[in-house]
Amino acid sequence: MNVILIAVIVLGVIGLVSALVLYFISHKFAVHEDPRIAQVSEVLPQANCGGCGYPGCSGFAAACVKAADAGSLEGKLCPVGGQPVMEQVAGILGMAAVASAPKVAVVRCNGTCENRPRNAEFDGAVSCRVKNMTGMGDTGCPYGCLGCGDCVSKCQFGAISMDAETGLPVVDEEKCTACGACAKACPRSIIEIRLKGPKGRRVVVLCNNKDKGAIANKACKASCIGCGKCVKTCEKFQAITLENNLAYIDAEKCKMCRKCEEACPKGAIHGFNFPPRKPKAEEPAVQSTDNTPNQNVEPSKAE
Amino acid sequence: MKSFHIGGVHPAENKLSAGSPIREAALPRQAVFSMFQHIGAPAKPVVQKGDTVKVGTLLAEAGGFVSAPVYSSVSGKVNKIDAVVDASGTRRMAVIVDVEGDEWEETIDRSKSLVRLSDRPDLDSKTIVEKIKNAGIVGMGGATFPCHVKLTPPPGSKAECVIINAVECEPYLTADHRLMLEHPEEILVGVDLIMKAVNVTKGYIGIENNKPDAIRLMTEKAKQYPGIEVVPLKVKYPQGGEKQLIDAVIGRQVPAPPAIPINVGAVVQNVGTAYAIYEAVMKNKPLIDRVITVTGKSVRNPSNLLARLGTPFQQLIDECGGLPEDTGKVIGGGPMMGKALLSLDVPMTKGSSGLLIMNKKEARRAEPQPCIRCAKCVSACPMGLEPYLLSKLASMEEWETAEKNDIVSCIECGSCQFTCPSNRPLLDMIRVGKTTVMGIIRNRAAAKK
Ligand code: SF4
Ligand code: SF4
Ligand code: SF4
Ligand code: SF4
Ligand code: SF4
Repeated sequence: MNVILIAVIVLGVIGLVSALVLYFISHKFAVHEDPRIAQVSEVLPQANCGGCGYPGCSGFAAACVKAADAGSLEGKLCPVGGQPVMEQVAGILGMAAVASAPKVAVVRCNGTCENRPRNAEFDGAVSCRVKNMTGMGDTGCPYGCLGCGDCVSKCQFGAISMDAETGLPVVDEEKCTACGACAKACPRSIIEIRLKGPKGRRVVVLCNNKDKGAIANKACKASCIGCGKCVKTCEKFQAITLENNLAYIDAEKCKMCRKCEEACPKGAIHGFNFPPRKPKAEEPAVQSTDNTPNQNVEPSKAE
Repeated sequence: MKSFHIGGVHPAENKLSAGSPIREAALPRQAVFSMFQHIGAPAKPVVQKGDTVKVGTLLAEAGGFVSAPVYSSVSGKVNKIDAVVDASGTRRMAVIVDVEGDEWEETIDRSKSLVRLSDRPDLDSKTIVEKIKNAGIVGMGGATFPCHVKLTPPPGSKAECVIINAVECEPYLTADHRLMLEHPEEILVGVDLIMKAVNVTKGYIGIENNKPDAIRLMTEKAKQYPGIEVVPLKVKYPQGGEKQLIDAVIGRQVPAPPAIPINVGAVVQNVGTAYAIYEAVMKNKPLIDRVITVTGKSVRNPSNLLARLGTPFQQLIDECGGLPEDTGKVIGGGPMMGKALLSLDVPMTKGSSGLLIMNKKEARRAEPQPCIRCAKCVSACPMGLEPYLLSKLASMEEWETAEKNDIVSCIECGSCQFTCPSNRPLLDMIRVGKTTVMGIIRNRAAAKK
């Protein structure tokens, strides 16, 4: 009996002492986390995709709180949540939300099976990264899509898929959050996270080929050959630059007149989500001055 | 018999061209000299369009210390300097020369007479290394590492012996084998020169035991060259890997990178390099040609050709009976480590040891199946790695774990992939991982500075 009593008392005392020690230690060494971090974290989408550039949503929340303390939320954007979520975040932190325009992933290659002949057969591991190490890949274009779908497997939102017919990835604009995971995965930097544009409308050079015109032309029917006709057409807005034999349209400067699209002799420039062209176009800039019918307009995607 | 100790595989030897003597290939009509024939900084062209060049004229100078100059192997006019697709599958800078006649620079001694080291007492170690450097010699086994760099031990390390790699463990290839049978003395003088260059008195020549005639001949001739010993080695792939060879011959293990062979006192050079060194130092002939094996089961006439650098592969194949009808793949190098070519217009470079034409059946890679955890790849890996794990880590982009598992030690020998019963593309993924991890390590080192 006595033994049991002693054991109970000894254990009880040890327990009590340990509890007190733990209590004091936990107070002494407590990590005080800003309660706002948890609050911000709560409104974030919890996709933990890293699209914001921070390690997960809680990392982004901490960064937002820090930025708010420093005075501005400039440059902080959760691409998945977009403007509404950023407004909530700003509300919690008592700041004004910085306006941001929605973006979307754009696959800048139109080297479909039809446009770009395959001149080799690749039988290695099905991975764009592996295929890219062979140099050219299985076509004559060392800049174009490799078609093994590394980008597809990286998308958490099921927004990008391989089109079996063209052999190119297609982005579902509804689902895409512009997190950028696909762009990071692509070993040839083909995917650009680009301004979605008003009503989803945008004009893009769908080619990534930096070879000289003659070489690019031989490799692919849809290649940009760096002729600079588009640059001349856009003299007024100065939206197009030509570097390394490749034209690039600055989405901020582009006024969506679509003149470059008509000027491109290779049909490398594409307008997205424009209504089908009628004789009297909706866009004021597209006048019927040029009466050559444009064959390269993509059928507008359902919005 | 001596051998390396960990892993290894036994691919079918298929040395079809072993009995065919080296013959000279015809001159090309146009020769293409890539500026990327070596590891390191690309060479810088010093000629211009329209310049007349002779055999042995400098076309491009070295672009740094780890780099090598490029000499013209033909005489004629520079047509243009432009980017062309080379054996790497990418478009890179090259000097293109239209061939006219065959005129050589006078400085080159074209006589066949043998010059021994004892005939040239004026040569000291510095002069030899300088001559090798100026001749543009690189590792001719395929690694193409500039030769003079290896012969200049970094401060604090000292060479103790020279090991000559005459293993030729790649199936099909016979270029080194024929070179030993036809030019044994030149090679031995070359070894003497390398030994003198790094100030050692001991040289080993490692030869795989499937070349008994070469072993016999070299042992016989080596008697007149004190300090040089021929070491017969067991037939096992990759006996000719640098680290494997050091293990087999002197029983020392090179630690994981960044350690290099010199850290264990060894300087390893290929037997073809020794021959090129002989020609460069004793005959003043820069590296302008080499022996290349053109072979394959369906090739009419598998041969060893002494061809000028810059000759398009198509022409070499034509010399051996043309491209067979059932060709599935043409590989630059051997079947284990070579690379499939995208086009036959690709020019021959300093590192082209072979041209293997696989028929359709051989070329087809089997459909990969799931890994069955048999660990055959683990037992095959000569570096003691876990290939199944490394390839998985690379595909999952777990770079940190891959680095901890020593992915940079992989020598890309392909033993794992060769042995896998599930035909998994192990090396494909490991190579991606290795390149990425090496990049990460380089960036980290750069950030530290
Ligand atoms: S040329 Fe342009 S469009 Fe064609 S495959 Fe290459 S990158 Fe794609
Ligand atoms: S398509 Fe690309 S950017 Fe869009 S959600 Fe998927 S991974 Fe992110
Ligand atoms: S866009 Fe890039 S990642 Fe996607 S399939 Fe093409 S090459 Fe691969
Ligand atoms: S390729 Fe690399 S991992 Fe595979 S067996 Fe060779 S050294 Fe080992
Ligand atoms: S040999 Fe192939 S199947 Fe066996 S453990 Fe390695 S990867 Fe898996």
